[in-house]
Amino acid sequence: MIKLTRVSKQYPKRGYALRDVSLHLKKGEFAFLTGHSGSGKSTTMRLVHMDDRPTEGEVRVTGYSSQRVGERDIWKVRRRVGFVFQDFRLLPGRTAFENVAFVLEVTDTPSKQVAPKAQRLLAQVGLSTMAGAYVHELSGGEQQRVAIARALANDPFVLLADEPTGNLDDRATRGVMELFWDINAKGMAVLMATHDLELVRRYPHARVFELDHGSLVYDSEVAGLPG
Amino acid sequence: MYAMREAAAAFRRAPLLTGLSAAMVGLALYVVGLFGLAAYNLELALSAIEERVEVVVYLRDDARQSEIDLVLTELAEMPEVRSVRFVSKREALERARVELDEFGEIFSSLEEGNPLPQSLEVELRPGARTPDVVRAVSEVATAYPFVEDARYGREWVDKLFALRRIGAATTAVLGSAFALVAALIIGTALRIAVFARREEIYVMRLVGAKKGFIRRPFLLEGATAGLLGGLAAWAATYATYEGVYELLFEVAWIPPSWVALGLGAGVLFGAMASALAIRRHLGEI
Repeated sequence: MIKLTRVSKQYPKRGYALRDVSLHLKKGEFAFLTGHSGSGKSTTMRLVHMDDRPTEGEVRVTGYSSQRVGERDIWKVRRRVGFVFQDFRLLPGRTAFENVAFVLEVTDTPSKQVAPKAQRLLAQVGLSTMAGAYVHELSGGEQQRVAIARALANDPFVLLADEPTGNLDDRATRGVMELFWDINAKGMAVLMATHDLELVRRYPHARVFELDHGSLVYDSEVAGLPG
Repeated sequence: MYAMREAAAAFRRAPLLTGLSAAMVGLALYVVGLFGLAAYNLELALSAIEERVEVVVYLRDDARQSEIDLVLTELAEMPEVRSVRFVSKREALERARVELDEFGEIFSSLEEGNPLPQSLEVELRPGARTPDVVRAVSEVATAYPFVEDARYGREWVDKLFALRRIGAATTAVLGSAFALVAALIIGTALRIAVFARREEIYVMRLVGAKKGFIRRPFLLEGATAGLLGGLAAWAATYATYEGVYELLFEVAWIPPSWVALGLGAGVLFGAMASALAIRRHLGEI
């Protein structure tokens, strides 16, 4: 599904953001990617989404290799990987429905299927009654749900979430986490980056990767959860 | 289909921004249009003066008809020469009488001993009315012993061509400068329009829209802004032309091909500026 093999990422000014990281997220797995600020979580997510290429090593995502996939074919990778951000990144001035429908429209969904599929996705995240609400009319938790519906639009194999609960209160966080688990229960792999170890401890059956200064220092499949 | 709908939606969602882009494109092209109008009229004026450039070959009174035919044929066969016309002494006097009416009596008294020479009027082809050509033609003519002189108003022709050169250089330099400024303004206007929609571009890239697909509505939007701006510029230039024609002096309207070229340039500039502006954003993710 997602495999990083001896991946390093070096930036000209900042130096190494990742150093010799190898990890393997299997099909249908739920994993947390933890670590302090600057530990390399977002860099890992960017590499998996192929927004960036590793300086050394290989990133494989659902069969596509960072060493072989060209700029022209990046879109194929992106359609297999849904992405959710801390700051939602919804289009302002559009409704929840329009935000989801927009993604379907720009990714070649037949026009007749756009509206029913957008409605279905909003229903899946529990927002069927809020479809007509504009982004600014939604709470943080609701906005993140719209962002999740949008990420699911292409029926991806894996959902990447970069600090998705960072801007949410406890109740909204719980709702979003439940949603992630529901999605995972249907067979979709989820890789969620978070610095919140309290949150990670609430889900002891999830797999945990921990990064520190760009190196993978912990994998729960290999050892127990760190104290 | 999607591209057209999105381009139309962009106009609907941000009419002020799109209107401003079109207005900026329009203003930029209006300046180019005004310059085109001035350059075209300058060209017309210079061409009208240039048409009067001709060489007059004065023949000796004792030149025989066979000799006159000889020089006439040689001149007529020169590729730069459009026509050669023989003017007899009698015709020269007739002309003088008509053209200089106030000296009519003097000319009447000259009928017996007509002092005006017979001549050949050499008309040149358009594009060949240059100082070099008139000099070459007059040299061919004056090589014959029965040719008295060949006149073409050397100083006048030299000045006319100096003026033409200045005109051409000014048109090229100022025209390029105006076009460059227009291109920069159009580029900036559309860059702002694209910048305003950078989040959309980001989301499209994020979810796996193809680059060509992302580009299309922006290109269409740029081309439309270019076309609208071009039409506005055409209307404003025409209004200025009408105003000058009615209130100041007679001017000619630029040829339709120039108008079409201006509109085409507006569309092309608009699409190109959008393409350039969007390139930056496409590379961001």
